[in-house]
Amino acid sequence: MAIEITMPALSPTMEKGTLAKWLKKEGDTVEAGDVLAEIETDKATMEVEAVDEGTIAKILIAEGTDDVPVGQPIAILAEEDEDPANVCVASKAEAAPAPAPAVEAPAAAPAAPIAAAPTLADPAIPAGTQMVSLTVREALRDAMAEEMRKDGDVFVMGEEVAEYQGAYKVTQGLLQEFGADRVIDTPITEHGFAGLGAGAAFSGLKPVIEFMTFNFAMQAIDHIINSAAKTRYMSGGLVQCPIVFRGPNGAASRVGAQHSQNYAAWYAHVPGLKVIAPYDAADCKGLLKAAIRDPNPVVFLENELMYGESFDVPDLDDYVLPIGKARIYREGTDVTIVSYSITVGEALKAADKLAEQGISAEVIDLRTIRPLDIETVIESVKKTNRCVVAEEGWPQCSVASDVSAQLMEKAFDWLDAPVTRVNSVDVPLPYANNLEKAAVVNADKIVEAAKAVCYTE
Amino acid sequence: MTTAKTTKKAAKPTRRRAAKPALYEASNDELIEFYRQMLMIRRFEEKAGQMYGMGLIGGFCHLYIGQEAVAVGVQTALKDGDSVITGYREHGHMIAAGCDPRGVMAELTGRSGGVSRGKGGSMHMFDPARGFYGGHGIVGAQVSLGTGLGFAAKYRKSDNVSIAYFGDGAANQGQVYESFNMARIWNLPVIYIIENNQYAMGTSVARASSEIELYRRGESFRIPGKQVDGMNVLAVRAAMDEAVAHCRAGEGPFILEMKTYRYRGHSMSDPAKYRSKEEVQKMRAEHDSIDQLKQMILDQGIMDEAGLKDIDREIKAAVADAATFATECPEPDLSELYTDVLA
Repeated sequence: MAIEITMPALSPTMEKGTLAKWLKKEGDTVEAGDVLAEIETDKATMEVEAVDEGTIAKILIAEGTDDVPVGQPIAILAEEDEDPANVCVASKAEAAPAPAPAVEAPAAAPAAPIAAAPTLADPAIPAGTQMVSLTVREALRDAMAEEMRKDGDVFVMGEEVAEYQGAYKVTQGLLQEFGADRVIDTPITEHGFAGLGAGAAFSGLKPVIEFMTFNFAMQAIDHIINSAAKTRYMSGGLVQCPIVFRGPNGAASRVGAQHSQNYAAWYAHVPGLKVIAPYDAADCKGLLKAAIRDPNPVVFLENELMYGESFDVPDLDDYVLPIGKARIYREGTDVTIVSYSITVGEALKAADKLAEQGISAEVIDLRTIRPLDIETVIESVKKTNRCVVAEEGWPQCSVASDVSAQLMEKAFDWLDAPVTRVNSVDVPLPYANNLEKAAVVNADKIVEAAKAVCYTE
Repeated sequence: MTTAKTTKKAAKPTRRRAAKPALYEASNDELIEFYRQMLMIRRFEEKAGQMYGMGLIGGFCHLYIGQEAVAVGVQTALKDGDSVITGYREHGHMIAAGCDPRGVMAELTGRSGGVSRGKGGSMHMFDPARGFYGGHGIVGAQVSLGTGLGFAAKYRKSDNVSIAYFGDGAANQGQVYESFNMARIWNLPVIYIIENNQYAMGTSVARASSEIELYRRGESFRIPGKQVDGMNVLAVRAAMDEAVAHCRAGEGPFILEMKTYRYRGHSMSDPAKYRSKEEVQKMRAEHDSIDQLKQMILDQGIMDEAGLKDIDREIKAAVADAATFATECPEPDLSELYTDVLA
């Protein structure tokens, strides 16, 4: 029986890739361990090795093909006793059981659907601005590169930021443009290089410290809080610390409990820090540039799952956004959904689903967690009188808790229903696919909460 | 950062250990100045202890009495643009760095005239105009921060050096070794001054350290280290001159272990039951840095008793003035509560 060679998954988040090059051709014999092909993901170019020995009977995907989904057959390998010209493959697709049909809950007299409101343009973008499509990863890289071109005091430091081009390729090309004095690979030393960066910032340099993920920044949190955030105050304003700590934050894809935590609430707790957690590429660019220019220590929380997502970004020479301003991503009248970072995407999906059911949801992206733009949320709640706060992260002492508390204090009389939090489940994030999905926030959970505060079934 | 140097040196380890003790050849004026500064620190700290007892100083207060030769020997080897960072036993380092005694004392009393306008306290004082970057309350944090100040000096292509003081207690913190490693990879101009006063709070070096010769702690990072008699200002200064020359020449970091002793407890609230009164008495009687220097000045006829008495009187007056300022100066305005959180 011939063997199907399928597109391999080469990283936890990879869904598709480019088949860059075949190193074997039809008719070649291969040994286990031979390199068959090169696959490009958005992060790296990887070699695919043969697991079995045999003869390449057929190449199914030509080299240069983009967006080949993980699991798709790319070649057929004839085994030793088979005729490569006449192979027979038991198609996995045929053998696989058909997916169970989704169980539709009987719609109980659904309200008339309404048209989903369009995404609002950021008011900070001048009308008529040309837009360019960039991934979040490119937008972040461009933000750093632009600031480094402008200011020689800005440098980037972290693990694998230089020669490896970034563990998640966010710093791609910076070493080549700015050289090894300004793009600096560190040893695996989070505590040490966070402190080193803070010390350099005391003297007026503007370090951008990349953590490979914020999960590893727990090794460094003493310097972020005790050294970076508090020194201006403790020195009566004599010593500044203009530093950015940035990197991916929150759950990625099946990397388990120690690599999947959201730290927004931890850092947002601390006076002396600014905390930014943007969703789309334009905000990533405009806010990272603002963070690098800010004279205060800034914690800039990215999301690995968003790095490859593309968005329109204003094609401006110097696109900088104000820190501390939330953005109404979509207008609505019945319920306000407040969120930030990757969960904004789920909130937008939820708003679409709610529109189908006749509920008009306003989606607010906080963008900055500290200082928190509660005024924008209050203004929205004055209109909708109902609010759901959605956040990927644990519920207790969360950003959602704080937004809820502030609404209770400052907008109590405007509320027609209790503010409801939609958080990740209160457990360390599990590995199993089904458990992980069950633990994190998704659009359906937001829809459920929004309907509950609207008192609709 | 360039790593070429490290690669080249890898074949030939630079593992310097304690060389013969050298003494700085000070001029007569320098000897008098060292004496004046060391005495100033001692009298300042005695006054701080007294004021703590009177309830004028709150919180923790860690006195430098006994260790004066280290701060003075180190600081006098520096030039403009060099930086100093240290832990929470920093009053002496500040006085040596030329910070205003009034501002330091008023910070201890938490008044508006304090160097941090009353918002830092004994452990958190800064004076960047004099290259003094604190004053840090977390044991060992200043080692990474000081390495960053050294990084900045090199980034700016200056020949300035960064001094990172820490104690025998901090020498067991992990980030110290993370910093040593980076400082050597990138040959940063950092001089690590380990003030080994032999007790980390109440735990002696022997009980807490597998390698008690702390100057050797840099060996596996190929950082040269020297052990120095920290009770002799001339030994401290001579070692510093060597370390500073090494750093300014771009040769990378240097470790100086200063063998010293604190006469008082770890903080004002420490009864120091972990060591005998005799041990303290013996150090004071036989090794006191100020007594040694005074004797040398008298023996060499550089100044007579009367001249030294005059210095003593001047210092007492300056300390009294600082204490009066720190007592009479008002507390910070309540509006100060909200300032300096962000720029």
